[in-house]
Amino acid sequence: MKNKIIFLFLLVFALALAACGGSTGGGDTGTFRVAVVMPSAINDLAFSQSMYDALIKIQTEMGGAEKFEIAYSDNMFVVEDAAAAIRDYATQGYNLIIAHGSQYGASLQEIAPDFPETSFAWGTAGDTFGLPNVFSYEALSQQGGYVNGVVAAALSQSGTLGVVGPIEVGDAKLYVDGFIAGAKAQNASIQVNVNYIGSFSDVALASEAAQTHADAGADVMTGSAQMVVGAIGVAEERGILWFGTQSNQASLAPSIVVASQVYDWTVVVNDIIAKIKSGTLGGEAYALSLENAGLLIEFNSDYNVPADVKDLAEKTIQGIKDGSITVNVGG
Amino acid sequence: MISELFAGSVIIGILTSGIRLATPYLYAAIGETLGQRSGVLNLGVDGIMLMGAFSGFYVVFATGNLWAGLLVAMLVGALMGLAMAFISVTLHAEQGISGIGVYLFGLGMSDLLFQKLVNNVETVRGFPEAPIPLLSKIPVIGEIFFSHNVLVYGAYLMVPLAWFVIHRTTLGLKIRAVGENPQAADTLGVSVAKIRYLTVTIGGVLSGIAGASLSIALLNVFQQNLTNGLGFIAIALVYFGGWRPGWVLAGSLLFSLINSLQVWVQVKGIPVPSDIAVMMPYLLTIVVLVLSSQRVRQPSALTKPFERAG
Repeated sequence: MKNKIIFLFLLVFALALAACGGSTGGGDTGTFRVAVVMPSAINDLAFSQSMYDALIKIQTEMGGAEKFEIAYSDNMFVVEDAAAAIRDYATQGYNLIIAHGSQYGASLQEIAPDFPETSFAWGTAGDTFGLPNVFSYEALSQQGGYVNGVVAAALSQSGTLGVVGPIEVGDAKLYVDGFIAGAKAQNASIQVNVNYIGSFSDVALASEAAQTHADAGADVMTGSAQMVVGAIGVAEERGILWFGTQSNQASLAPSIVVASQVYDWTVVVNDIIAKIKSGTLGGEAYALSLENAGLLIEFNSDYNVPADVKDLAEKTIQGIKDGSITVNVGG
Repeated sequence: MISELFAGSVIIGILTSGIRLATPYLYAAIGETLGQRSGVLNLGVDGIMLMGAFSGFYVVFATGNLWAGLLVAMLVGALMGLAMAFISVTLHAEQGISGIGVYLFGLGMSDLLFQKLVNNVETVRGFPEAPIPLLSKIPVIGEIFFSHNVLVYGAYLMVPLAWFVIHRTTLGLKIRAVGENPQAADTLGVSVAKIRYLTVTIGGVLSGIAGASLSIALLNVFQQNLTNGLGFIAIALVYFGGWRPGWVLAGSLLFSLINSLQVWVQVKGIPVPSDIAVMMPYLLTIVVLVLSSQRVRQPSALTKPFERAG
């Protein structure tokens, strides 16, 4: 008996979903439905969280779940699982499906043409595959890297900085290269030691890399991707300053995190939503920058940055915005 | 630039970090050695480590009591080991498949519990460095060997202990007999099932400690898939070491030292592409494994469920 009721309920539910699916083309159903597939946890204090936080912010701005529905699948580190989830969401008629990871590109290229009425976005990448229903987005993370590098070099007493990188690709590489450029611009004789551990998830090796940087004399460190929690722990233990990126990492170690470059995808997602509502389902490549406020440098209020260093940071940010400082790395 | 690697401080750094890195591998591999010597291949090590890592972390996170955390990690490891023993010894399940099942259970369950109970990146205050009095004062040697946390020392103590148990006790004789010729051992009145339950459960306890050594001593944090496949490397190290604790130690140290060497190579700015550098420990381990594979025979009854004839 109970089973029958559940079955009926599911049937009604499925029909309702199908009905929704049929009406997405117009985009005027009242509720904008977005689904996102992410490689790590929504609270990883890094890449995935940056997107999740942006969606929550948009939801609040738009007036809650009735106006803006969010569905997500996190910890999709297996690409095939992610592809299945993307296809699932597309079948369920979401207006916008975000594949939040450059590793999902090939899957998206295959799936998107099957759902011409649905809009897809993916990143970080600069390629829409020439498909009319795919947006792409990336972060000019070298800009915040540059600012962090300038401040790090200004704060360093030992003259040695350490960088714990994941894999030498994408926005992680841009960030690291920007950081080095900024540090060198501030102090040409500074030593920046860089180490890529070959993984986005190997917390143990990230921690060991940080120990090594400390042993090699670094008194300021930074790093990118979700495995840096291992490195931040070491930094805190050994009293080494830390600069974060992707999300605000101050909560992890309030006493040593100086500043974080924060990705705020709201500018990009808001624009994509506007485009979809006006009938354009893709074709544009976006980039977060300091100028469009997609990249923000957030100082940790618990850490006391000397006023002159903070001024220096502001000046650098301003310089990058107005073009008087060019960060000559990446694209 | 290469010459910078031979500076005293760098060599000390490489050795110290290699000793520390080997810790989780040692616990897990020594535990696995015991199980395999009795004829049970447990591929679930990584999953047990994850459960140990999470449970230890959670107890410390909630209570701040490190020893309670370690104890709970051991208990959880023992339970997972018991489960593996039940599946492979009592139910005679295919060991490779059931081990992978145990791994997947640990991987998923530790993440689920983490999301339900903690659901945030949190850090804890783990086992502090505990320099051994006097010994740690010896120049160079003291820094390399005697300035670690207790779980690091414990890992190295496991090696002679395991060697002694396997080669110098009646229990060890029984373990080896059960792993080589369970029929004969059974005829002589040794309970094959009991011995295998014991070794696999102890293996589970050690895997639990291996996980805890990450989450409450070396990293002091928990994340989904914290071990990142480390348990599988530990199993490879058992083969590498030819099922003998001393050689398992040698393999763990080789792997870890090369890992810390490649970290230093990059930090010192020696122009080796990072992709090549991070491959080095794996590559070298495979090479040595291939070269040494003819050296020793594996326990004859390894992976074979025991059923009494007739």
